[in-house]
Amino acid sequence: MTKKAVFEIRIHGRGGQGAKSASQLIVEAALDQGKQIQAFPEYGPERTGAPMKTYARISDKPITTYEPVLEPDIVLVIDPTLVGQVDVTQGLGKDGILVVNTVESTDELKKKTGFTGKIYTVDATGISIDLLGKNLPNTPIIGALIKVTGVIDIKYVEKRVEGMFLKKIGVEKTQANIDAIKRAHDEVK
Amino acid sequence: MIMATAKGKIFPLTGNYAIAEAMRQINPDVVAAYPITPQTSIVETFSKFANDGKVDTEMVRVESEHSAMSACVGAAMAGARTMTATCSAGLALMYEIVGVASGLRCPIVMPVANRAISAPINIHCDHSDSIGARDLGWIQIYNETAQEAYENVFLAVRLAEHKDIQLPVMVCEDGFITSHCVQNVKIYDDETMKKFVGENKPEHALLDLKNPITVGAIELQDYFFETKRQQQDAMEKVPGVFLKVGNELSMLTGNDYGFYEEYKMNDAEAVIVTMSSAAGTTRAVVDRMRADGKKVGLLRIRLFRPFPYKEVAKALSRAKNVAVLDRSMSFGANAPLYGEIMNALYPMEKKPGLQSYTFGLGGRDLLESHVEHVYKEMLAGKVSDGKKYLGLREETV
Amino acid sequence: MSKEKYPTKESIGKKLGWREIPIGGLITRRASALMNKTGSWRSFRPVIDESKCINCSFCVTHCPDNAVHFKDGKRSPIDLDYCKGCGICASVCPVKCIKMEEETKFKK
Repeated sequence: MTKKAVFEIRIHGRGGQGAKSASQLIVEAALDQGKQIQAFPEYGPERTGAPMKTYARISDKPITTYEPVLEPDIVLVIDPTLVGQVDVTQGLGKDGILVVNTVESTDELKKKTGFTGKIYTVDATGISIDLLGKNLPNTPIIGALIKVTGVIDIKYVEKRVEGMFLKKIGVEKTQANIDAIKRAHDEVK
Repeated sequence: MIMATAKGKIFPLTGNYAIAEAMRQINPDVVAAYPITPQTSIVETFSKFANDGKVDTEMVRVESEHSAMSACVGAAMAGARTMTATCSAGLALMYEIVGVASGLRCPIVMPVANRAISAPINIHCDHSDSIGARDLGWIQIYNETAQEAYENVFLAVRLAEHKDIQLPVMVCEDGFITSHCVQNVKIYDDETMKKFVGENKPEHALLDLKNPITVGAIELQDYFFETKRQQQDAMEKVPGVFLKVGNELSMLTGNDYGFYEEYKMNDAEAVIVTMSSAAGTTRAVVDRMRADGKKVGLLRIRLFRPFPYKEVAKALSRAKNVAVLDRSMSFGANAPLYGEIMNALYPMEKKPGLQSYTFGLGGRDLLESHVEHVYKEMLAGKVSDGKKYLGLREETV
Repeated sequence: MSKEKYPTKESIGKKLGWREIPIGGLITRRASALMNKTGSWRSFRPVIDESKCINCSFCVTHCPDNAVHFKDGKRSPIDLDYCKGCGICASVCPVKCIKMEEETKFKK
């Protein structure tokens, strides 16, 4: 078995920023595409603001391992202040991808992390404040994931977002969430 | 491969949600439970079902696990199909009544999201809670995936309520690891599962007013021993009923419900015996090492109480070296699963080498590299009567 | 398991094996406490002076073993199968018509 029969994602965030919901949304969309999935956070003491990680696996074959994701294909960083605070590139190979929610340039991130692989940035916070009126970068950053990996199809994510939000927050705000994902998809660089 | 006849739909669910779904489909008469991490979302989800009118269950809100199990015993003796859920300190607090439940032969089904026993306080997975309660007369089923935990809740209800058994069952999943991991879970249609569990028809019930009974009377030197001998008899009947009910469920799901699961055991020289989620991680390593031509296999114990000694001995009879991976300790004694495997092997003339490994206490990660290390040691014949530990500082891996 | 609902003369005091008894220590026969003839524990026996008794029923309400009854305005004799000889009846009797006498006097 080649390990990479499974696509592995690690998301860095802070307690309360929705990293867990993001990983769940990703795998739910993948499941709707007929994939085998797994999503789980690395639970610590649950404290708002404390750095935390969450994992997701997507595969065509059943996933049996419960090992934490040690060598991710992609790392998503929801909170830019985590760069430099925690080792966001740990286990990320030279073919790996780093996506950071930031207004900084990829060159600046390269310097900060020393990572030589592909780095993408997206202003998920800016998009979120613009479209949703508050700082909720966890959903838009999924748009960036879709753009740079193609591991899931955006239309399945849209469907799941509708299922998740429509009843709770209404048509307008749900559409705003979808728009935010689409904009992050288009603006990631 | 058996053809599954039950219709189903695949959802992305956590182990806890899947268990709550099973409880919804079973629609028990009474659920009395108290929340405790990482079991909470089972009861939380189920009480939402109850609140939304999706079940007719009488939810009993209690002030502790001791009361939860007490209420369950009362409900079960009244003749109600009764369920609860707990783990760790909760199980420890209800301990007295856990023994009452089996002693009074209450067919209560209790999912357990395995969590360490304090101190030091810890909310993460190991098996010291339910393993510590292994001699209290409950049937114990350990599950690897959310799917398996979901299905075994149904099996547990049938097993518990079987007229020859009448014993409570713990359905164990690994706390946080399985309980909170979102996985593909196939939920079968309500109709099929309701039909499978059927109706609870207790032989004696307090609410059967035409046939009054007394429950919980004192038994001293004259009868207590006889009652305990009966419990042993019921436990000895569990394997047969377990397989029979498992076969019935198999017809619906196409899945296997044996005492244990053998994975690539046919020609395996180096074998790992373990339970629950660790088997999933082990399976991934077996696949990788098999691709390199290594003769490695996995024996995952599903039914820990009663323990299938003879069958396990047979399953291990061709192995050269066996490593037993325990997720709990019996301080000053052999690790619990290791001890049982040793018991199973004792009558064999030609015994495989046997090595004890303890791993994962308090949620310490079991890595594939740990498992691979164990297989390499077993292939090299490195067995001893000493205890080894995985993922512990100052140890080799 | 025995199907009889009431204890019989034969079943009283007989110790049953584990295959014969109901599961879980259940008592499935009504009034099985009757099987335990606590009268055998008695070392003092209440003896009533019928000429003094005023049928007040104090002994009936106080007897912890229900060994004396009240029916149609009249007190029954004491049921010696179940009277343990505790002496409460003698103690509460307002006219002191009950006397506790040594059991050995009656066993000859």
